[in-house]
Amino acid sequence: MNIPSQITTLLIGIVLTLVSLWYGQNHGLLPVQASQEAPLIDGLFNLMMTISTGLFLIVQGVLIIAAFKFRHRPGDDTDGPPVEGNIPLEILWTAIPAVIVLSIAIYSFDVYDKIGGLNPMDHSVAHGTPTHQVARMPGAAMAATLADASETSETSENRNQEVQEAATQDPATDAVRDQSIPQQNDAPEFGVSSPRIGSTPDRQGKPPQFVVNVTGLQYAWLFTYPDSGVVSGELHVPVGRDVLLNISANDVLHAFWVPEYRLKQDAIPGRQSELRFTPSLIGEYSVICAELCGPYHGAMKTKVVAQTQTDFDAWLESQKVASSEGLNQAIALNAAEKSTADFLAPFVSDMGIDAKAIQQIHPDHAHHPL
Amino acid sequence: MTQAQLQETANLPAHSPEPGGTNWRTYFTFSTDHKVIGIQYLVTTFFFYLVGGALATAVRTELATPESDFVSREVYNGLFTVHATVMIFLWIVPAVTGGFGNFLVPLLIGARDMAFPRLNALAFWMIPPAGILLLCSFFVGSPGAGWTSYPPLSLTYDKAGEAIWILSVLVLGTSSIMAAVNFIVTIFMMRVPGMTLNRMPLFCWAMLATSALALLGTPVLAGALILLAFDLIVGTAFFNPTGGGDPVVYQHMFWFYSHPAVYIMILPVFGMISEILPVHARKPIFGYKAIAYSSIAISFLGLIVWAHHMFTSGTPPWLRMFFMINTMIIAVPTGIKVFSWLATIWGGKLRLNSAMLFAMGFISMFVIGGISGVMVASVPFDIHVHDTYFIVAHIHYVLFGGSVFGMYAGLYHWFPKMTGR
Repeated sequence: MNIPSQITTLLIGIVLTLVSLWYGQNHGLLPVQASQEAPLIDGLFNLMMTISTGLFLIVQGVLIIAAFKFRHRPGDDTDGPPVEGNIPLEILWTAIPAVIVLSIAIYSFDVYDKIGGLNPMDHSVAHGTPTHQVARMPGAAMAATLADASETSETSENRNQEVQEAATQDPATDAVRDQSIPQQNDAPEFGVSSPRIGSTPDRQGKPPQFVVNVTGLQYAWLFTYPDSGVVSGELHVPVGRDVLLNISANDVLHAFWVPEYRLKQDAIPGRQSELRFTPSLIGEYSVICAELCGPYHGAMKTKVVAQTQTDFDAWLESQKVASSEGLNQAIALNAAEKSTADFLAPFVSDMGIDAKAIQQIHPDHAHHPL
Repeated sequence: MTQAQLQETANLPAHSPEPGGTNWRTYFTFSTDHKVIGIQYLVTTFFFYLVGGALATAVRTELATPESDFVSREVYNGLFTVHATVMIFLWIVPAVTGGFGNFLVPLLIGARDMAFPRLNALAFWMIPPAGILLLCSFFVGSPGAGWTSYPPLSLTYDKAGEAIWILSVLVLGTSSIMAAVNFIVTIFMMRVPGMTLNRMPLFCWAMLATSALALLGTPVLAGALILLAFDLIVGTAFFNPTGGGDPVVYQHMFWFYSHPAVYIMILPVFGMISEILPVHARKPIFGYKAIAYSSIAISFLGLIVWAHHMFTSGTPPWLRMFFMINTMIIAVPTGIKVFSWLATIWGGKLRLNSAMLFAMGFISMFVIGGISGVMVASVPFDIHVHDTYFIVAHIHYVLFGGSVFGMYAGLYHWFPKMTGR
């Protein structure tokens, strides 16, 4: 049987296309989609996987066919044809990849815009004056940590406090707080531009429905709910709500990553970064530290619990009770007005805990919920 | 020396600068013969390749069980940090540039030796002490902040180990700068008369592009490391947030070198593959000019893509888009090379010997690294996979399936030339 080569090429092309299209949709490499952002990113990956599969098969196919078809036969000492180039062909394989990568770039740009990467929202609308948040959070975090006898070191807390106090005393920060420099409104705490994701065009200018302050420290995540003052070692979020995370770090770099949400943001000491997303699926997913942060980096895990609004409200209530029982004096005091050391002094002497004792607590338990 | 003088010396007949010829003792001396230095580089770096492999084996042994039962957590972090540093700075970079570059470039352009033979020997002899120094860090507390040594973690880790790491990489970087200067001068000034740039072997084009990158990038790494050393030892706060420093600035400086470093490690291998394939396919290289100029294009683009390592760090959105597009464009010159190699093979009379099999294996593996490179260049997808095993796999396809396969191809191809056997 003698099939013309054009027909063979056409058939191979059709098979390649079908295989690529099928594999691009059925690679099974990504976890479940648990946020509204995840399907957009997966769509982009599936397209790249389709093109990649086709390209991979072409290159490997040419190599394998050449290894069989053009291998040297014994006794044949002649050379191959002296072809030194083919300008139209070279233009073709320059132009096609250029078009492909530019298309992927445009698609990526679009997805990045849709998940809100390009539209910084007005931060001051989101949650009142930022100074209040900054002053209050470390004390609250420390109190919660002490109350549950979990792990952190006093030194790192104090250091963080110092940084933040220095930052709030900085005249530049005052200018930002007074909003006399409008273009810096997106960087309220430290006067540096902070990266963010999640302010989609339809959300732009609107405050997020739900704000959580996230602090990374060796080797745990602390989640502070500013509206209720609750501090938790797990992130609880109501599904379908537009969530904004204000991410910072106390000691070294960490990275907040939830694979099911397809989102990641470094927690950078001295800066505040943001992540905005909408959980879409009820369930428990891992929060993983994705940036090497020390010997126990691998243990720096917790979970995000996406639940219905009712369940979430019940959880938040139970946490409020838990916090007020353990720290009933904290209600009489305004933590924001005191330094961490002053705030903690009575508790520390009551409980017989000193900084040394805290440091001795095995950091391997970092993933336990607080 | 002026160009005329250099060209005069280039015209002299080739001779062995080692009086009385070379024996095994020559390889332990401060020899200025480019071939001796090339072999010195290759043997020394191959030793460090085995050391790096042993470190990787230790890492995998520890990972065989979930518990931390083979080495302590601190030593484990030290193992992968030193593994990466050894493989990059003591194996691939010096082997492809110093090893193959020194041995081949003067022969390929018809020069008597490199332009600065003593500088060349000095560049080599900085490598063994720096390598031994780096390995000794295990005795004082290994550097465990990863090969990137991001502050503030690198400042909180074991100070002695980290200081040794910085010193060692600084010495290796200096050696790399010296070699780069030497290659640029040699290639521009010492080509045999009649060999215009457009008649130069493709490996020399690749070495030219590589040396330009090393010369422009390495001083920035040195700057970053010196500032890091000040933070670590003297207590300054360039990158330390507790004193008002910014850790993200270090990342910019580090990647301004370390992304081009990937091209330093792969461009000479591209050059070697472009030399090896035509010989064993019994067919001229397909599209000489396209391959030559794409090396220069990769070299240029390689300098303006560094922040794609920082899509989840503190980089503003417009910057992420700029670096995403630049990074993706690199796929075009790289694609030109891959397609040209395939066209070179196509229709030839392939001698499927070890060199050829490794060269074809190189294309096969490198293509996976290249394709995954376009994927991770895409900002939204990179936000998901950044700092995960996807990236680890990508870099190992490029550096092991790519660079190391290519070096094996080169070793098999030029072994008879190097040894006379």
